[in-house]
Amino acid sequence: MSGRTYLGLPAFPEAAAQSTRNATLRGNLRRATHTIRDKRARAVAELDDWQRLRAAGAAIKTRTLRHLDHYLGQAEAAVTAAGGQVHWAADGAEANRIVTELVRATGETEVVKVKSMATQEIGLNDALAGAGITACETDLAELIVQLGDDLPSHILVPAIHRNRSEIRDIFRERMADWGRPAPDGLTDRPAELAEAARLHLREKFLRAKVAVSGANFVVAESGTLVVVESEGNGRMCLTLPETLISVVGIEKVVPTWQDLEVFLQLLPRSSTAERMNPYTSMWTGTTDGDGPRNFHLVLLDNGRTDTLADTVGRQALRCIRCSACLNVCPVYERAGGHAYGSAYPGPIGAILMPQLRGTDSELDASLPFASSLCGACYEVCPVAIDIPEVLVHLRERVVEGGEVVRGGTKVTIRPAKGHAAERAAMRAARWTLDHPGALRTAQRLASRTRRLHPRRLPGPGRAWSDTRAVPEVPAEPFRDWWRRTREESTK
Amino acid sequence: MSGRDTVLGRIRRALADVPRTERPEDVQVTRDYLRVHGARTPERTADLLATNLADYRALVHRCSAGEPAELIARLLAQRGSASVLVPDGLPPEWMAAVRGPVRITDRAASTPQELDAVDSVVTGCAVAIAETGTIVLDGGPAQGRRRITLVPDHHICVVRVPEQVVDSVPQGLERLDPSRPLTWISGPSATSDIELDRVEGVHGPRTLEVVLVTE
Repeated sequence: MSGRTYLGLPAFPEAAAQSTRNATLRGNLRRATHTIRDKRARAVAELDDWQRLRAAGAAIKTRTLRHLDHYLGQAEAAVTAAGGQVHWAADGAEANRIVTELVRATGETEVVKVKSMATQEIGLNDALAGAGITACETDLAELIVQLGDDLPSHILVPAIHRNRSEIRDIFRERMADWGRPAPDGLTDRPAELAEAARLHLREKFLRAKVAVSGANFVVAESGTLVVVESEGNGRMCLTLPETLISVVGIEKVVPTWQDLEVFLQLLPRSSTAERMNPYTSMWTGTTDGDGPRNFHLVLLDNGRTDTLADTVGRQALRCIRCSACLNVCPVYERAGGHAYGSAYPGPIGAILMPQLRGTDSELDASLPFASSLCGACYEVCPVAIDIPEVLVHLRERVVEGGEVVRGGTKVTIRPAKGHAAERAAMRAARWTLDHPGALRTAQRLASRTRRLHPRRLPGPGRAWSDTRAVPEVPAEPFRDWWRRTREESTK
Repeated sequence: MSGRDTVLGRIRRALADVPRTERPEDVQVTRDYLRVHGARTPERTADLLATNLADYRALVHRCSAGEPAELIARLLAQRGSASVLVPDGLPPEWMAAVRGPVRITDRAASTPQELDAVDSVVTGCAVAIAETGTIVLDGGPAQGRRRITLVPDHHICVVRVPEQVVDSVPQGLERLDPSRPLTWISGPSATSDIELDRVEGVHGPRTLEVVLVTE
């Protein structure tokens, strides 16, 4: 019952060309993103010091990233001192191996899972299934995705592409395959759907011996892990089982306990547009008589150090996975999350995945272009990641090639195929702009021949003009107009 | 080479642009954000806590120092609870008027299934944060281990006002000890997973009643 995977998905333009034709998907996304967008704006407006909090959040993350080895060492020591065990995974395969071994050692064949981006990223559920271990997702949206053999399409609400009646159908048809079936006569009222999930998962929570989670933050100085959630499924997984395994990206560390005062204000308002999310759990190692007796922290690299090596692109590692950038993105709203081909869709995915995975595949090479560079993502980002800046930087890398770090080793990537026309155009533009005489001649020529210009561009420009109107060339070049009007006014 | 050495080695190489003499604290973090959003009297802070708790669908009750016993007994009766879980260290006077429901004490050996059969739980808290409508439990006296406020479907939480109430998240963190297991609760369990619309009541207690006792 392992679901779909992201492997072998088409590049963004092809995937988006499909998804934008799906009227139900567009309707679902439009309703959901617009609802949350307005709520977020109101939640943020309550705090007069939002921009100062945002600057502090960015600065704390920058401090952490510039001294990441120091803080990880501190976190490791603190977690160990508090009774936890720390493991390091250079890539997804190693993390999957570590978690599989830890579960095997307990003798259990079923684990309950808290929603976790890191484990989605590394495909942990499939790896566990391969070892005969069933991983049960317990977040409502992850459950919808898992039952529907589907893929997540949003960071916060992985089933955002499903509306209530689709969810009801999935519950009716699939819940029985995984455990307690959906109640008879289930309707599509959200409260009833939530109740169905409660009943279905309750028996799993109460008998679970092993849980797998991620974490929103790891406090280096105290070794405290923080999980922010809404439903209580996180609390169930973090407190009832005997063994807890948390897979956490190395960039999730924050230096001090006090630093949480910034992120616990930034994250809920950016994410669910709440003053505070219903439940936040914080734990440090193990506690006698309360919660899991065995705690394992798996620190995951999987391309993060490669991203760190890029001085422009490393700011993507500040991300706290709030998903505000998805909710405001005009491209995401129309194309949907699946078109991005990874667990991280939307603007943040477009700068994260080409760095975590590299730009070898056509899909990853297409992601930096999946944006209109409107800048709305940067405006709402609670840690001020300049997403447009990184997008442009990555476009340049795809088109021009150059030196990057992959798997910890420096390599030189070649310019991507398919951008030859773009490169030729840029070279021609560079030459023309460097030669004012040629520019003047070309502009005048363009003005005088404007009646002859086609509505659609020929050759490599055709794809661009398929969906856009070609701008009209003015009757007179600006430079000619400037000279004429200035000379007239000084007469 | 171990995974640890591999990852730390990669980090050091990736940070070749960071001057070797730079210390973490050399990276400037300006904390000019507000410690508290607005000036309030302790009474106004308690009012804000009540408003924000109610805004996220917690049921808020207020009483003065001598009254929680009557109030708690009434809430349990209204709910029709047959059993109520009582953690160690709960002031006995809070339960003095409770007659009907069977009182259950949490034991280390109590299983989640046993907890699931309990109707209600009554606890105190470590701190409450007015600006966000949050109560925080730290496993201290009158709070018990984390599972007892999670599995039963009805949680009554008593907050001593003004002693346990702070205005803001920064003030709340200052009062808390990271070495303790902490649960921050802002309203009953909820989800926004269906069309990003908030629905209360998923896995945690679906009814959260907060008793603000003014001392």
